[in-house]
Amino acid sequence: MLISRLSRVGFPIIGALSRGISAHVCRTGCAGSTYCQRHWPETWWFQGAIYQRNRYCSTTAASADSADKGEQQEISVTFVDKDGEEKHIKVPVGMSMLEAAHQNDIELEGACEGSLACSTCHVIVMDIEYYNKLEEPTDEENDMLDLAFGLTETSRLGCQVIAKPELDGVRLAIPAATRNFAVDGYVPKPH
Amino acid sequence: MAIYRAVGRNWLTRGLLTISNNPLRVCIVDSGPAGFYTAEKMLKAHQEAEVDIIDWLPTPFGLVRSGVAPDHPETKIVINQFSRVAKHERCSFFGNVTLGSSVSLGELRELYNVVVLAYGAESDRFLGIPGEDLKGIYSAREFVWWYNGHPDFKNLNPDLKSTESAVIVGQGNVALDVARILLRPTAELATTDISKHALSGLEESSIRKVYLVGRRGPVQAAFTTRELREVLGIKNLNIGIQEADLYRAPADEEELKKNRIQKRVYELLSRAATSGSSELNPCQRELHFVFFSKPDRFLESDDSSGHVAGVHLEKTVLKGVSPGKQIAVDTGQFEDRPCGMVLKSIGYKSVPVDGLPFDHQKGVVPNIRGRVLGNTSGDPALCENGLYVCGWLKRGPTGIIATNLYCAEETVASISEDLEQGVLWSSSSSLKPGREGLHQLLSNRNVRFVTFNEWEKIDNEEKRRGSSSSEPREKLICWEELLKSAT
Ligand SMILES: Cc1cc2nc3c(=O)[nH]c(=O)nc-3n(C[C@H](O)[C@H](O)[C@H](O)COP(=O)(O)OP(=O)(O)OC[C@H]3O[C@@H](n4cnc5c(N)ncnc54)[C@H](O)[C@@H]3O)c2cc1C
Ligand SMILES: NC(=O)c1ccc[n+]([C@@H]2O[C@H](COP(=O)([O-])OP(=O)(O)OC[C@H]3O[C@@H](n4cnc5c(N)ncnc54)[C@H](OP(=O)(O)O)[C@@H]3O)[C@@H](O)[C@H]2O)c1
Ligand code: FES
Repeated sequence: MLISRLSRVGFPIIGALSRGISAHVCRTGCAGSTYCQRHWPETWWFQGAIYQRNRYCSTTAASADSADKGEQQEISVTFVDKDGEEKHIKVPVGMSMLEAAHQNDIELEGACEGSLACSTCHVIVMDIEYYNKLEEPTDEENDMLDLAFGLTETSRLGCQVIAKPELDGVRLAIPAATRNFAVDGYVPKPH
Repeated sequence: MAIYRAVGRNWLTRGLLTISNNPLRVCIVDSGPAGFYTAEKMLKAHQEAEVDIIDWLPTPFGLVRSGVAPDHPETKIVINQFSRVAKHERCSFFGNVTLGSSVSLGELRELYNVVVLAYGAESDRFLGIPGEDLKGIYSAREFVWWYNGHPDFKNLNPDLKSTESAVIVGQGNVALDVARILLRPTAELATTDISKHALSGLEESSIRKVYLVGRRGPVQAAFTTRELREVLGIKNLNIGIQEADLYRAPADEEELKKNRIQKRVYELLSRAATSGSSELNPCQRELHFVFFSKPDRFLESDDSSGHVAGVHLEKTVLKGVSPGKQIAVDTGQFEDRPCGMVLKSIGYKSVPVDGLPFDHQKGVVPNIRGRVLGNTSGDPALCENGLYVCGWLKRGPTGIIATNLYCAEETVASISEDLEQGVLWSSSSSLKPGREGLHQLLSNRNVRFVTFNEWEKIDNEEKRRGSSSSEPREKLICWEELLKSAT
């Protein structure tokens, strides 16, 4: 509701961005506030920025229309954080998992803000079936994945995974880097 | 691209509400990635922490500003995140303050409950071979600081005009960075934040051939795929790789099986070796990967100018020393590689400050998970109370920006444990003057420190100057100018 109102009053960008936080809005019960940004709890490090990949930009208009029509343009995504805690969110089709995480107060790093230059947005797709539904990573994504901590067979970069209907129900784990780094005796490659 | 909104204020204002009467006083020495990640994690984990970051430059961000190549603007985006940390209500930046001269380590430990040293590695490893101090031989660090406009290296003026060939010793990512800067068309560099003096130097450069010399083989090269792919893709560049060097012994196969980066790097190199054209176009520049070779000594030119004229290289072979690890051993066979410039890119090295335990062999501060130890014995009983390390000073000079994030998590976890166990916080000494004390001390010594607000003035001035020539910024490279713009 909030979304359609915002987009109707002529803030297509704000509207599109707000859609991503709809789940969160429900959770904290601030739905209806025009400036729901104000009510966001303080995610720590990342709130100053919202990341718009080109792909997402180009779908903005289309998803703004369909958001009015119904729910099918949002998918359910579960993030499992470093402590194993689960967070269920709704993500509009076309949005990257990095953006979705940040709009929902989920601590996923993103040092290069989705420019494919840092590998800190590393997520592990917990189900191989879902992993197989994703397009193959590009060489460039693989190059950055090379440097990700705790890389697994189903690792991807959160800024490169874009919500699409087939991904409805996907579960993404944020690797517990500290454990890898310090406790397990795992010595990360220096690169 | 990124769209910003002003919600950063949310977590900034939170700081106001939570500063306690008796804050945990924290000082972090360095504003590079290790320093900023530590600050961020300390502020987040400890609502009572007040964090001061000092840096000897008036400009923050360490190697993100002075190391990361000018043609990698996307890597520098992390500066946005660091700036948000610096602007946190409980965080202060003190630029132009040098640990060791403006303030001593002992003084900082008196002023603060927690001191985290993360001042990186600002010296070089040496080869220790004859001729290393000939003219025309530089460390990659100096060359990088020159093209990135570090105020202390603006006058390096490497002579790029009197030779066609340069040798780079080492095959890590820094070596690829400097090779790329030497070989990339300067028109592509002109729209970056490369320093003006470096751009003009490179525009006049006569260097057409660069030899990247590594003591081991293509399987063991230290660079990573992204950087290799980029250099291989430079316009009008011929790549030279000896096919014989691509031979894989069983031990190499073993290494490749276990390491994804090595495997992908090796594949890229193999592809480049076979796709290169056999006829060299004389207009094109050349990058030669020279494997299994190590410098034995540098050759001096005949004109007694004291200038380098080449490198006497010894061929090497690999010898397995433990599973998955092969080292280079000498063969007694030599060859000369004529060149008029050498860049040594064999790694950076940290330098100790007075009163800091230091492992001179490894070039790091002895520590257990970031807790500084009194000596190199590794005995946890010898932890220095309230003193921690992070980043290159803690681990040695390897790792990308993100590595420092995990490194900072580890150090901050140690600090948190020590706080919980009352090691840092229980005694009467927990009341420390912190920021006020530092202010006092710096003002008594007439040290003119640069705040983050003042850095933003420098930042704006650099951006203003850059905008006329479509560059993201034109870096200020004189100390006087930097300090003037800060006021
Ligand atoms: C040439 C080069 C290019 C690189 N490119 C990339 C890249 O593209 N991507 C990537 O992910 N990683 C890159 N890296 C690696 C990355 O820069 C490092 O991992 C990282 O900067 C290390 O962080 P640090 O905080 O330990 O040290 P630094 O970044 O070196 O920070 C040290 C800081 O300490 C300050 N300082 C030093 N001595 C004192 C003193 N006595 N008193 C006060 N302050 C002091 C310095 O001014 C500096 O700000 C590159 C490294 C180099 C050398
Ligand atoms: N774009 C990026 O992400 C980027 C850019 C720049 C730097 N960085 C990171 O910054 C870190 C530092 O980079 P770096 O290139 O300085 O270091 P590095 O990756 O450790 O490479 C050092 C190179 O020098 C060689 N070497 C060391 N000692 C030598 C000696 N005595 N004689 C001959 N060769 C010697 C090493 O060979 P051996 O392997 O045989 O020891 C290796 O090839 C790395 O982790 C790097 O990934 C990242
Ligand atoms: S945010 Fe940097 S690679 Fe995804």
